[in-house]
Amino acid sequence: MWETIGIWLGAFLTLCIFSFLYKDNPFYKLAEHLFVGISAGYWATLEYHNVFRPNLWDPLTQEGRLLLLVPFAFGILLFSRFTKKFSWLSRWPMALIIGIYAGITIVGYGSGDLILQIQANLLPLWTDNWLTSLNNILLTVGVITGLIYFFFSKEHKGAFGGVAKIGIWFLMISFGASFGYTVMSRMSLLIGRVYFLLGTWLHLLE
Amino acid sequence: MKKILEKLERLDRRIIFIFIFLAIIVPLLLPMNLDFSVTAPVQSFYDAIEDLPPESKVLVSCDYDPGSMPELFPMNLAVFHHLLSRGHKVIVMQLWATGTLLVERAMSEVLEDFPDKKYGEDWVNLGFKEGREVVMVSMGTNIPKTFPTDSRGTKVEDIPIMQGVKNFDDIALLMNISGGLPGTKEWVLQVQSRYHVKLGSGCTAVVAPEFYPYIQSGQLVGLLGGMKGAAEYEKLLQRPGTAQRGMDAQSVSHIIVFLFILIGNIAYFSVKSKKKKLKVSR
Repeated sequence: MWETIGIWLGAFLTLCIFSFLYKDNPFYKLAEHLFVGISAGYWATLEYHNVFRPNLWDPLTQEGRLLLLVPFAFGILLFSRFTKKFSWLSRWPMALIIGIYAGITIVGYGSGDLILQIQANLLPLWTDNWLTSLNNILLTVGVITGLIYFFFSKEHKGAFGGVAKIGIWFLMISFGASFGYTVMSRMSLLIGRVYFLLGTWLHLLE
Repeated sequence: MKKILEKLERLDRRIIFIFIFLAIIVPLLLPMNLDFSVTAPVQSFYDAIEDLPPESKVLVSCDYDPGSMPELFPMNLAVFHHLLSRGHKVIVMQLWATGTLLVERAMSEVLEDFPDKKYGEDWVNLGFKEGREVVMVSMGTNIPKTFPTDSRGTKVEDIPIMQGVKNFDDIALLMNISGGLPGTKEWVLQVQSRYHVKLGSGCTAVVAPEFYPYIQSGQLVGLLGGMKGAAEYEKLLQRPGTAQRGMDAQSVSHIIVFLFILIGNIAYFSVKSKKKKLKVSR
């Protein structure tokens, strides 16, 4: 019973959202506002039960871990942004958050992206397999010309400009591949919804 | 001819929508079963699971939400099915709050084929943990401390499958089903590069091109990119699912998009050259 109601509600809201493809209308607005409201409520509840209670409230009240009052105080300070007089206090927890996050991500990007990717691009241009050689040459040319395109300290003229132009071609091809994948992704989402409408709702699919 | 080209240049987008809808609805109602090949990243993803010794502990981080379900749910089902069919121990977690319900649903569907598999012994859901990259790094030091209880509130030390699991050294393979951030990129940067754990990714097609360099560098053992990747994986498992079913619609809709791009460009350049000629003659 409840499952059927859920399916009909899902189908109705899907059609409401699809109606925007024709033009903006009250049905679309209804679905949009419902989504925003429910999401906000869902997230607030989820954060309370999954973050606030197990990480702070329960250990503080049940286990007496008073040290947690420090992050709690920092958390409270974030709300000082709502007053002009004390808004400067919110900079302390923000500084802590940014500092920790920057530290973690810099190490990750340095070791995972920069060093390992440079290492992976140092490839032999001549191998026993001509196809591998071709791949490696293409990759090396693409990396070098791409980097030259992003070198703006010298004007892109003459031979330097020519190499930068080859870099643009490599970039364009990569943008094209990304666009192709994006189209595929969006089509998949539409297929998913149509599959729901035709299969789960209307039972037209086997 | 000129009028037709001008009309095509200013074609109402709603006409394109109708064509796209038809390109998706018709193949779903009348399947053509178009064949497709399995690409190397999908094959290596499959092989990474096949090559594991039985009863290996595999961590699956399901970081997605209902918005990317059509692409990621089929591969989530397939990954769970593959792991359980090979007798591996599956440890599930989520860095996206909305993934918890989807994971439970995926596992309950898969468990219909494995009625003898027990919660706590063959699989466990550690649940959602807020903190993104901080959670990943923290798991590198101590998994039970990062997840003191599972999603049902049971203490991790009381769960049989979690015995002997302290950090990533005790995980044979890490699989990430990624809908965005935090996702595969963060697992690569924060976990694979630091702890050198074997990592496979199933992601949405939008972000897949960003991850190909990680395959070439060996940071990813395999990659399932979008619905196509999921369909290829289903084909390898010989277990047709919704991804394989959607491939006909995917192919036909791509042809339609290609035709519209082609027609749009022909119309644009023809009208442009005619305008140029008119300017010169004046």
